Amino acid sequence: MSITYLEAIRAAQARALADDPRVFIYGQDVGAFGGAFKATKGLAKEFPGRVLDAPISEDAMAGLAIGAAIEGLRPIIEMQFADFSTVAFNQIVNQAATLFWRTNVPCPITVRLPCGATSGSGPFHSQTMEAIYAHYPGIVVLTPATVEDAYSMLLEAVVIDDPVIFCEHKLLYYHLKAEALPTEALPVGKARIAREGRDLTVVTYSAMVHESLAAAEVLHSDGWEIEVVDLRSVKPLDTDTVMGSVARTGRLLCVGEAWPWGGVTSEVIARVTCEGYDLLDAPPQRLNAKDTPVPYHPNLWAAHRPTARSIVDAARKVLQY
Amino acid sequence: MVQSLVEPQSVADISSAPALYVKAYRAMLLARVLDDKFASLWRAGKIHGGVFLGRGQEALSAAIGVALREGDVFAPLIRDLAGRLAFNEPILDGVRTYLGSTLGPMRGRDGNVHRGRPGEGQLAMISHLGAMISVVNGVLFARRMKHITGMVGVATCGDGATSTGSFHEALNQAAVEKLPLVMVVADNQYAYSTPTAQQFACRSLVDRAVGYGIPGYEVDGTDLAACLRVVGDAIVRARAGQGPQLVVAHLLRLCGHGEHDDAYYIDPQLKSSALGVDCLKRAEDFLRQQSWADAGTLAQWRSEAVHQVEDAVATVQREPPPDPFTETWSVLATARLAEGNEVNARS
Repeated sequence: MSITYLEAIRAAQARALADDPRVFIYGQDVGAFGGAFKATKGLAKEFPGRVLDAPISEDAMAGLAIGAAIEGLRPIIEMQFADFSTVAFNQIVNQAATLFWRTNVPCPITVRLPCGATSGSGPFHSQTMEAIYAHYPGIVVLTPATVEDAYSMLLEAVVIDDPVIFCEHKLLYYHLKAEALPTEALPVGKARIAREGRDLTVVTYSAMVHESLAAAEVLHSDGWEIEVVDLRSVKPLDTDTVMGSVARTGRLLCVGEAWPWGGVTSEVIARVTCEGYDLLDAPPQRLNAKDTPVPYHPNLWAAHRPTARSIVDAARKVLQY
Repeated sequence: MVQSLVEPQSVADISSAPALYVKAYRAMLLARVLDDKFASLWRAGKIHGGVFLGRGQEALSAAIGVALREGDVFAPLIRDLAGRLAFNEPILDGVRTYLGSTLGPMRGRDGNVHRGRPGEGQLAMISHLGAMISVVNGVLFARRMKHITGMVGVATCGDGATSTGSFHEALNQAAVEKLPLVMVVADNQYAYSTPTAQQFACRSLVDRAVGYGIPGYEVDGTDLAACLRVVGDAIVRARAGQGPQLVVAHLLRLCGHGEHDDAYYIDPQLKSSALGVDCLKRAEDFLRQQSWADAGTLAQWRSEAVHQVEDAVATVQREPPPDPFTETWSVLATARLAEGNEVNARS
């Protein structure tokens, strides 16, 4: 028996609903229909009155979640696509993120963002939003790359007393599988060494973990040993694990699917350069999507985002410096 | 947890309810005196940032406050001091927030009208005021999930916020969910300097109610008796389970947007029209006409309000301001996930 990344997300929500009567799910088409991606399939029937359809009003969805959190509930909001969360941006960054700091009343909401580029989806169903949410104080931003993390981190997201942006990658939904759901997990805030190596550290997260692991395999056949660090959460960012890895390898490449200006890859490089300059044997590099909207056609899409091949090329430059 | 449904109780004939009228008037008066004090403290340089007064809107605001009960939720606009005081806000909360006392609910982290105690039904507004309405919806939604009935939420905004997407999303959401939301719009003729002709093109904002499929009511916002009746009835209906209610009050802002604004742009014809009547003065005239208060009583009430305000200000002026060295500079409720400040260069 195996379970997919998407099934893990559904299973985590089922367990959260079963474990805690304060949990409910609110979003477009999440009820009887089971969600655009079926991440809530069957949950409305299993948990009557707790998996509820919303009008197409992301701002009001987020606002309602904040009000319910003030009342002590623990809402999970499903944005149909991460891209649409821009409509709720004000509620998330100005209302939810400031509530505890301003009033001492916690705001335990979980906002699920089906994110990331998939072939044929175009500019408005493909975005990765982690950088823009991580920029704001008061928000926890999670970017699970594995089935196990999708499950355990979503369960932890619901328990965390702060707003959590849960970036689940659509490209991993159906194809990424695990044998079983995890029984234990690293806590949020701890990065994971996804592959050990001695020559170069690749720091990445979400779907790019898998592209980076594929690149590491290619480079292995050339005799290079690449260490891949899966950040798991981009905020908080586990600088210690990153620095420890760079201390071993002396070289750093950061890979992200988001756009290049600012963001997670530049944050990691800034921290390593400022605090670990002496650890570096080569200038750190980063690889991101191209600085255009996400294109629709597969030919363009495949060239827009980092891939195992472009990661190999970028890694060679750092290795050969 | 479960509260019983209250009997709908109309205040159709305000002349039979002097106690309610007097209670609302005294909240208006206290708010006016406190607002005037804030303005003078601001002119003396004692208040950081802006000061936003409720002058001309006290009747509408107080009518909301006196109709609310413990367990209700209120998301006020920036000119709702009267309603806050009449509901349950201690006078010290406003003074402490304006003066930045660490003993206030916002502890110097936020100021002026951006205050509240969300756990006690007083939502602390963000500046994007339309965004507060769906938060009220969320409180009401959660109460329903907890099987608590018989309570209401009131959100207020001016004519300006009705032009935001948040306003539309939230009213539609409340209507779809049939929540006990009372949306009170103070159409005060100007959003900062923008007149209503540049804000909306419908005859009256109350016409929006039809589009949401909810009842809408208009009221003369300068008339406390009318406000008590119309707002009170809307709250009674929502409390009785009749779904969202829209109340649009017509009045004139009798001050600038903030005390920094001399409001030179306000049309003199509006000032001399029925909209420009000072609701506090009108309420005093009504009290005397009804023989509910004479000149001596009114003077006595004003004197008591002044003393309350002076006492509160004197108390707060002795309280400590925030200290950057003891401030936590942390933002998360989950302390173990804190990070961020260590990336700044240490001096």
